[in-house]
Amino acid sequence: MAINWFKYSAPSTFYGLAGRLLPWFAWSSAILFAVGLYISFFVAPMDAQQSEAYRIMFIHVPTSILSMFIYLVMAGYAALGLIFNTRLSSMMASALAPTGALFAFISLWTGAMWGKPMWGAWWVWDARLTSELILFFLYLGFISLHASIDDPRRADRAGALLAIVGSVNVPIIYFSVKWWNTLHQGSTIKFSGTSMHIAMQQAMYSMIAACWLYAIAVTLMRVRSIILERERNAQWVSELAEVRL
Amino acid sequence: MSLSEFFAMKGYGFYIWGSYGLALLIFVVEIALVRHRRTIALQQLRLLRDAGEEE
Amino acid sequence: MSNASGVATGGRTNSLSLIRLLGLVIRRDLVLAMRRRADVLTTLVFFVMVVSLFPLGVGPEPDMLRKMAAGVVWVAALLASMLSLGRMFSADYLDGTLEQMMLAPQSLSVLVLGKILAHWMVSGLPLVLMAPVLGLQFDMPAQALWVLIAALLLGTPVLSMIGAVGAALTLGLRGGGVLVSLLVLPLCIPVLIFGAGAVEAAASGMNAGSQLSLLGALLVLALVFTPWVTAQALRISME
Repeated sequence: MAINWFKYSAPSTFYGLAGRLLPWFAWSSAILFAVGLYISFFVAPMDAQQSEAYRIMFIHVPTSILSMFIYLVMAGYAALGLIFNTRLSSMMASALAPTGALFAFISLWTGAMWGKPMWGAWWVWDARLTSELILFFLYLGFISLHASIDDPRRADRAGALLAIVGSVNVPIIYFSVKWWNTLHQGSTIKFSGTSMHIAMQQAMYSMIAACWLYAIAVTLMRVRSIILERERNAQWVSELAEVRL
Repeated sequence: MSLSEFFAMKGYGFYIWGSYGLALLIFVVEIALVRHRRTIALQQLRLLRDAGEEE
Repeated sequence: MSNASGVATGGRTNSLSLIRLLGLVIRRDLVLAMRRRADVLTTLVFFVMVVSLFPLGVGPEPDMLRKMAAGVVWVAALLASMLSLGRMFSADYLDGTLEQMMLAPQSLSVLVLGKILAHWMVSGLPLVLMAPVLGLQFDMPAQALWVLIAALLLGTPVLSMIGAVGAALTLGLRGGGVLVSLLVLPLCIPVLIFGAGAVEAAASGMNAGSQLSLLGALLVLALVFTPWVTAQALRISME
């Protein structure tokens, strides 16, 4: 993607590119979900300690990983928007936030669903689950701050600062929660066995890739709407086929 | 494995399908919301264009 | 232009040393705060009330209260800090002083640090002084009370500093205190964990040194970064 990188940093050109890329991401995501789910349920064997319940892992782990990854990407885009004053970067950050927050929520829910049969409680104050909860709060903070500021430029920049402060804090928060958890001898969601069965690995990678492609597809679609909303007075927008009807 | 056994998942069915079910629900709702946002955005633009043409 | 050394150079009336500037800002804010003493008291009363609510909610059994004590006092301190954040910049924002500060040639970071310190002296320090009394309500042993004071002394400035970033970002917004709290509370969790951990360790007779040094480290980190970050946040909010 090194060719003519800056051509696509303008909302007008990126809008078209995003629209063309969207179906590719959407379809490959769907295919990988189908493959991943098939392997998860029909190929991967039952776990010795956790029986069938471990299969929740194939949705819990990918959504956890993605929620953390998306936060970093969001903060990265927000920082770019803050430093270089590029509107599109900030729009990408705003577009990523809801998807990241929803992934964090799925991770929390599936974590609880996994915890109940395994450890008997709907919520275990496992270091990772607790950090995930805090990450969810960080997402909500970013979204609320953005929503509370009317001026789009101030909203972008304030959100960016918050996202950057949040990302710097995440390692500190994770470390402190880990320390807190071991002190109180909480349980850790670990996996049984020394290494994962090959089918489990395949399922995991498929699901992670599927979630990642899904996130890109949804974000591209959302950023297109954001571009339409924010650039509504631009000439190129009024000349779009979908507006001309 | 029969279909009913598949759904039961050795007694863990509620948790497994509860997890995947919620994930599916959220994906579907998210996609619907994003599409709706696009619809609204396009509507607004058409209204803007119509208002412009009236002048 | 500010003189980078800490010594006020005699005779140069148009440049202020950083320390003198800090002192001026702190003195000004303290004088203003003293004129509205009620604000100081409401934070303190809130703190006391929240701490008192917990036994009412969970029952008066001494063993349980002793176990909860560190956490309860710390959570209450956190909430009381959050409540008072709105006051940090709003008065100056409303009457235009903040704009003047931003236009001034002196370093905005230093001015901000002064405001944060003054705010802490008015909102955080009273909590530190009140906390041992509340600890006694929960039957905290003596050595734990000392650690409580030390931990709050190290931790409440950090809360004020992190809060300052939130207050600066939400300047003039509707949504008020709740929005700031939503933004700032997750970031304050390490302080809560180490602060309460220190007191609990002391209460069970162990050494609280590692937690206190971690709190100290957080304090240093906050001192180094937050004034500048808050200044940037103020610039973003005021443009």
